[in-house]
Amino acid sequence: MTGSRAETATAHTLSLRVDEWSGHLPGQHVDVRLTAPDGYQAVRSYSLAAPADDCVIEITVQRLPGGEVSAFLTDIAMIGDELEVRGPLGNWFVWDQDDPSPVLLVAGGSGVVPLMSMIRARDEADIQTPFHLIHSVRTPQDRIYGDELTRLAAQAGGPSVTWLYTRTAPPTETRPPGRLRQNDLDDGSSRTSGATPTCFICGPTGFVEEAANHLLAAGHHADRIRTERFGGR
Amino acid sequence: MSEHRDGNALAGPLADIFTAEATTAQVRCRACGLSTTLAQLVVYGPEPGLVGRCPGCTEYVIRVATTPSGTWLDLGGATSFHFTSTVDVPIR
Ligand SMILES: Cc1cc2nc3c(=O)[nH]c(=O)nc-3n(C[C@H](O)[C@H](O)[C@H](O)COP(=O)(O)OP(=O)(O)OC[C@H]3O[C@@H](n4cnc5c(N)ncnc54)[C@H](O)[C@@H]3O)c2cc1C
Ligand SMILES: [Zn+2]
Repeated sequence: MTGSRAETATAHTLSLRVDEWSGHLPGQHVDVRLTAPDGYQAVRSYSLAAPADDCVIEITVQRLPGGEVSAFLTDIAMIGDELEVRGPLGNWFVWDQDDPSPVLLVAGGSGVVPLMSMIRARDEADIQTPFHLIHSVRTPQDRIYGDELTRLAAQAGGPSVTWLYTRTAPPTETRPPGRLRQNDLDDGSSRTSGATPTCFICGPTGFVEEAANHLLAAGHHADRIRTERFGGR
Repeated sequence: MSEHRDGNALAGPLADIFTAEATTAQVRCRACGLSTTLAQLVVYGPEPGLVGRCPGCTEYVIRVATTPSGTWLDLGGATSFHFTSTVDVPIR
């Protein structure tokens, strides 16, 4: 581990230098394995947060109350520690940058991590494919990558970004705080300029299933919806 | 709502066994005949034992368990796997 920086009060981005890395696709993940002195092992998956910088990769971990691995990675692991990492993994929940279809990204909480990887890859490759991100967070302080997303969204040809607040919204926000609603997504689909978007939904299991149902109800075809469930509720 | 994940979470455990990327494979459920992308299975259980269930009929399709002695793989709930060369996105 070569770096750790706080994104929010509960989410940390860890930089990991890996022995060999031949690159990865935006949306792929790694499995991190921890081994206790008594031999007990725990494996958890973490999405790659950005394109690799040589042999340095980044993951962003959200600490969960009572979480075995996430609390270790955010609070205890230190620069210089060795972690066992396997990857890149998973070729299904990935954005193909040669596909010109507009992209609708829907994230709940830390589900923004693999979607940010897609946004950063698009930016790095200077591709103009229309991207719209809808990120559901509890409060403005929970916006992972908030400053970077605000900056990218302000650029010509940048992605458009909407935050939905479930608990506390900033004073300028007109939408009352609350869970994801059908029309939150209707609005998002109309921004991807008419063409059928590819949809990527990621986050806690309950959020992903709700969002997928809303998109299906809004007329999106199941074949165009890709989901990744992080677990939990 | 229960705490399941999906077939994306099987990528690591199956990478030990298959040379082809497994989450993009088409897998057919023995119980109901539904053919689905492995990434769309409904996956239960923490490590070491993962059970992938059919999104159509909820029967188990695949079980993977990693133990200190190695990996157990039970494909008894599947009639076939189709590893396509076109679905895989090449690594650039
Ligand atoms: C393919 C994939 C990619 C993932 N990418 C990321 C990522 O980029 N960043 C990240 O922070 N996590 C990610 N996750 C989730 C991560 O793998 C762990 O499940 C998470 O960190 C919890 O592990 P833990 O050991 O801390 O908690 P555990 O000790 O396993 O569980 C503690 C408690 O948290 C609950 N819980 C577990 N997962 C969640 C969740 N996602 N949301 C809400 N409650 C939950 C459990 O029900 C339990 O009550 C990903 C999961 C998958 C399958
Ligand atoms: Zn079935």
